[in-house]
Amino acid sequence: MILARDVRGTLAIAAVGVLFMLIAPSVLELFTIINLTTAIALAVLALSLALVWGYGGILCFGQNAFFGIGAYAYTIAAINFGGSSWAILVAILVAVAFAVVIGYVMFYGRVSDVYLAVITLTVSLILYSLIRRTSGPDYKIGKSLLGGFNGITSPPINLPWDPSFVLFPEHVFYVAMGALVVAYLFTSWLTRTHFGRVCVSIRENELRAELLGYDVRLYKLGIFAVGAGVAGLAGVLFCNGVGRVTPDVFNLYNAALTIIWVIVGGRGTLIGPILGAFGLFYLTSALGTQSTVNNNLVLGIILVVFVLGVPKGVIPTLAGWMAARRTRRALRARERRMRLRRARGGGGRNDGAGAGAGPGGGGPAGAGRGAGAPE
Amino acid sequence: MDLVAAVGLQILYGIANLALISLGLAIIFGMMRVINLAHGEFLMLGGYTVVIAANAGVNLWVAMLILAPLVVGVIGVVVERLLIRWLYGRMIDTLLATWGLSLLFIGIVTSIFGASTATTISPPLGVVSIGEYTSSAYELLLIGITVALGIAVFLVLKMTSLGLVARGTMQNAEMASALGVSTSRVYMITFGIGAAISGLAGGLLAPVTGVLPTIGAVYIAKAFITVISGGAAILAGTASASVLLGGVNGIAAFLTGPTIGEVALLVTAIVLLRLMPRGITGGLFRKSL
Amino acid sequence: MRQGGEVVLETRGLSMHFGGVRAVDRVDFALYEHELRCLIGPNGAGKSTFFKCLTGQLRPSAGSVVIRDLHVTDREPFEVAALGVGIKTQVPNVFEGLAVEENIWLSARRWHPPARSRSLTAETLERLQLGDIRSSPVGRLAHGQRQWVELGMVVAAEPWLVLLDEPAAGMTHEETVRTAELIREINRTATLIVVEHDMQFIRMISHLVTVFHEGRILMEDTMEAISADPRAREVYLGHRG
Repeated sequence: MILARDVRGTLAIAAVGVLFMLIAPSVLELFTIINLTTAIALAVLALSLALVWGYGGILCFGQNAFFGIGAYAYTIAAINFGGSSWAILVAILVAVAFAVVIGYVMFYGRVSDVYLAVITLTVSLILYSLIRRTSGPDYKIGKSLLGGFNGITSPPINLPWDPSFVLFPEHVFYVAMGALVVAYLFTSWLTRTHFGRVCVSIRENELRAELLGYDVRLYKLGIFAVGAGVAGLAGVLFCNGVGRVTPDVFNLYNAALTIIWVIVGGRGTLIGPILGAFGLFYLTSALGTQSTVNNNLVLGIILVVFVLGVPKGVIPTLAGWMAARRTRRALRARERRMRLRRARGGGGRNDGAGAGAGPGGGGPAGAGRGAGAPE
Repeated sequence: MDLVAAVGLQILYGIANLALISLGLAIIFGMMRVINLAHGEFLMLGGYTVVIAANAGVNLWVAMLILAPLVVGVIGVVVERLLIRWLYGRMIDTLLATWGLSLLFIGIVTSIFGASTATTISPPLGVVSIGEYTSSAYELLLIGITVALGIAVFLVLKMTSLGLVARGTMQNAEMASALGVSTSRVYMITFGIGAAISGLAGGLLAPVTGVLPTIGAVYIAKAFITVISGGAAILAGTASASVLLGGVNGIAAFLTGPTIGEVALLVTAIVLLRLMPRGITGGLFRKSL
Repeated sequence: MRQGGEVVLETRGLSMHFGGVRAVDRVDFALYEHELRCLIGPNGAGKSTFFKCLTGQLRPSAGSVVIRDLHVTDREPFEVAALGVGIKTQVPNVFEGLAVEENIWLSARRWHPPARSRSLTAETLERLQLGDIRSSPVGRLAHGQRQWVELGMVVAAEPWLVLLDEPAAGMTHEETVRTAELIREINRTATLIVVEHDMQFIRMISHLVTVFHEGRILMEDTMEAISADPRAREVYLGHRG
């Protein structure tokens, strides 16, 4: 029953996404649509970390590495192939393969959470400094120069059967929004499969999952790789939205940004980080147009405030409030019913006891739910 | 022969450089099990302290050796009191909070001094010649300072009561606090010292690298790799990892070029971590400092 | 005593050292099919360390663990579990944030297809009387109930060998009695090792008891014999006054 309501929620969110996809281009200006495409790409990246961290419990601080690898792999492959269709697939596969190598070292070496965070971040930063060094004609893969810190111009997506029919920005918007909806449905489906539940159980208690006979290392590697694939897809969308890919995709700022979306939106939900990415995208764009307040400063404050004050993130905190309110209301309703019944039944002797028990039951929000938890 | 000496010196400088930028991080990690993601910004702040002080007419050596560690050490103590101490035992939150701090520092410095390089200062001391090759005398001095710093930390850990407590905490934090050692004060001092050493390192490197608000990112990747590869032991870990990674980097860079040198460093670290997930000192000499 | 069956679990010279401390010291131990064996001993006798060596949670310093002719000494815990071994740890290890039902299901689903897993979950919930709290998160339950959820996870996997570390710790008397019943019931289809220090509880379930003392096996006998033995009284019963 709970699961069914969950599924309805997911489908409702997906439906809103589809509706937005259909309506936005006819309502909004082209400039806004192009901007939105970039925001959507970032939302897909947020979704990938929501899966890996929020569900898999894997503290990946360098999720943007797979995003950047996706963007670079797409661009290089598209230039070499002269078309985008296979390049998209290559981008996702390269990101997954890279994650498998890194993940193998980390999970099969059983490095701790904190090491894992630092290693993934370091990988991203190393890629940043490596790619920045690749200017000049010496550094090329096939026909594509790597371009150093200037990056590479990314060929836009074309129709699958016709490389000469290149999509216009408004079409790319459809592709991006469609990809976001599909990725959202895919990841929320995944979290409900046996595989996904095992990953969640590993997040909850690694030893217990292991003692049930699950190979924890393999499952972690699995969800890490899937997350990298989604991030790779996000990279493809991103370089299509922006029109080029530069080493900045790997930098510390973007690594931090990805983490902040998930912290703000909330771990353990998929929609939270997506909304977090949209929200912060518009916040930072708004800040970007003025020069008094620095972006890093604002992000730093947001991160510290959330870690100290709202550690669960916005969506889970709101959901918690709502659940607590529902419980309180249900309790009050029950009390009212009981009082009514007593009044009608006229059981005068019980009144005293009933009134005494009343206020106690209406106390803390969670008290009504824990069906007999005398701790 | 001159070539060997010159290249050897270059590799030695690479090793010393790694050790210098990692030592502050290693102290804080080794003693508090806190990975300070604002480490790069401590180095950056050390650099800014030196550049600003030198431009204001302060003697460069005073700025580098006294002001930079002092200023950043004080900042470290303030940060520990205001932020870190609320988060002990919550390693992940500590990581995230120090990352927030890192962004905050970048933001503040950018707001005050702008996003580009502040007026730079040139390395003092000129060059020394080794046969037909030349080497920067300042780089030689940095090698010497790094070694001296390592010895100083060793002596503090070995001889002083703070060092004794620190070693106790390194071996077993719960035991130390059960014995009535005020871990809170030890942590504050430790964090301050770690920050001061980072500030010193940042200050010493400022004439070589220049300063930028975002320069921390350049340092932290290497510092993280060094500390994680080294493992929990502060000195043995930092030293062994610096020698290994700095050596590999230097040799590969000499043979092929700086880009491959960095790739070699990364690959070495990854292979090392697969073989010894808890670092060199987690796998080999466990009880060293 | 039911020593007719074959040996299903055996250790030879099993040792575990922590620094200079020999927590387990050259232990030779054999468990026969259909047995229900209790391991007892005072705190620090090495029984829990021994238990962790059996389940792959610790790599022994020396010696070997053999389960059904298979060396599992250097195996990961999941590989031990994958042999069909059900394990309950000393501190309740459950999925705190997940519902009781899902905890059990995750165990059943490891070995069975979806439909069978669902029915097995339902059966287990009923068998352990967890039906009323099936959708509560385990983290909200009382200690005794959490222990039961963990036992439910062990049962739902239908193991042939069950290793339980202090299954009755922190339970009320009533819960302890029910746990003893459950363990006897499990014993109908599985071989068990139960680490315990609650003497009442051991009397309720046990046939053969192994007494640990200072990392070694002091004696192995029935509970009656052990209660009567002066050495055992001294090292163990004596400690408890």
